Amino acid sequence: MMPSNLLETHGLAAFYGDFQALFGIDFHIEPDETVAIIGSNGAGKSTFLKSIVGLLRAKAEAIYFDGKAIGGNPAYRIVAQGISMVPEGRRLFPSLSVEENLLIGAYGKREGPWTLSAIYEIFPVLKQKRNVPATALSGGQQQMASIGRALMANPKLLLCDEISLGLAPVVIKEIYAQLERVTASGTTLIVVEQDVKQAMAVADRVYCLREGRIALEGRPSDLSREQITAAYFGL
Amino acid sequence: MSDLMGTILDGILLGGLYALFAAGLSLIFGVMRLVNIAHGDLIILSAYIALVASGGLGLHPLVSLVIVVPLMASLGYALQRSILNRTLGKDILPPLLVTFGLSVFLQNALLQIFSGDSRLLHAGGLETLHVDLPAGVAVGVLPCLMFMVAVAVISGLQLLLYRTGLGRAFRSVSDDQEAAQLMGINNAHLFGLAMALSLSIVSIAGVFLGIRTNFDPSIGPTRLIFAFEAIIIGGLGDLWGTLVGGVILGVAQTLGAKINPGYQILAGHIVFLAILTFRPQGFFPKTR
Repeated sequence: MMPSNLLETHGLAAFYGDFQALFGIDFHIEPDETVAIIGSNGAGKSTFLKSIVGLLRAKAEAIYFDGKAIGGNPAYRIVAQGISMVPEGRRLFPSLSVEENLLIGAYGKREGPWTLSAIYEIFPVLKQKRNVPATALSGGQQQMASIGRALMANPKLLLCDEISLGLAPVVIKEIYAQLERVTASGTTLIVVEQDVKQAMAVADRVYCLREGRIALEGRPSDLSREQITAAYFGL
Repeated sequence: MSDLMGTILDGILLGGLYALFAAGLSLIFGVMRLVNIAHGDLIILSAYIALVASGGLGLHPLVSLVIVVPLMASLGYALQRSILNRTLGKDILPPLLVTFGLSVFLQNALLQIFSGDSRLLHAGGLETLHVDLPAGVAVGVLPCLMFMVAVAVISGLQLLLYRTGLGRAFRSVSDDQEAAQLMGINNAHLFGLAMALSLSIVSIAGVFLGIRTNFDPSIGPTRLIFAFEAIIIGGLGDLWGTLVGGVILGVAQTLGAKINPGYQILAGHIVFLAILTFRPQGFFPKTR
């Protein structure tokens, strides 16, 4: 394996019971790179992220992170090694306040640049609302809190699952602007996006998944619209 | 009149003991949605461990807590990690069945080891100490102590749950177990800690129970019922509500006993059923 990659998967397969959702995914991302994963509903995008972070079982050698085989490790160990995830649907803890949600992100006490004050600097609205229950936030604010919570773990690799889903364009723009600050500070980023245009705009490289397999991979500038449409819909 | 006030006061203080029975049960249900049917039997087990510790080492039963609490806490952690964690999942039936089995096991093991004879923890006169209040009401020192300990335990639990990192982790796991793992929380370990904490409180409850009344291996399930009733009356999820529930149950029982000694348990159940009928959510439900 090449040591230059932060994360690699080799023939990664994933199952929900007897149902196979991923069929041999070969993926890699270099440090400081931003990679977007696109694909239609049910293509296996979320499944891929869940496998990386340990919520779904994987074979040990199927996933290498920082040069170590991490497949099959429980999620709490993988998070401790420096991968955190912003889950689809935000999944904030409703009985915790906004600030408590951020603090629980730092449960593993990994050292790094992200602290409460650093999060409040990129998302000032969270500071104003820090004592309200997480459920009292608007959708966009909840997404900011969920991203902030994941950053509090000071990850080397941040996984974002459908963060623009259901949000107004202006809010999406704001959130992606802040994510750029996050990647500029040295965090490697994988975003799963249904919005292809958004994905192309932020990513250094794009993977398109279809029916649990990689249908296309490349730099946004190298990919034509026709290629993407074909990969996306399987035409 | 003063007689009646004395009875009510006794009932209120008895509520402290019931809150101690209930607090650990409530904590476990809150954190991992596990209904521990063996909870009452674990209370009785702690009383027997205190009996052995105080008999063997000549310790005062309350001092024996320095042995009983760590022992029960370790047992709780081991029990959770080795058996109970395997029963947790979408189906609520396995934990019920397994803890029911544990309850049967504990009763029979205690019967085998200690026989069915009633026992009592001797607290060197603490049991009979009284303080005379104005208006001719006398109040026992032990019930007062139990009540104060119950208030202290509940305050401590509240502080833990709402002011510490561990408490935050307990609450987040209670909300969403999968998202909690994404925070780096090892749920299995956290559940073990919750059970250890629960059985620490159980130990305190067991020792007070053993000083206050006779106990034998068969009385655990009744304590479980009292704990359930205190939790339901108070409203699920609120620890101070549980104390109020315990007090209502205690007062109902002592008043019932005053009418006719045979009515003690029945009166508690009747009040519980009445509350379940007219206010099924309890008095202080915590809705999220």
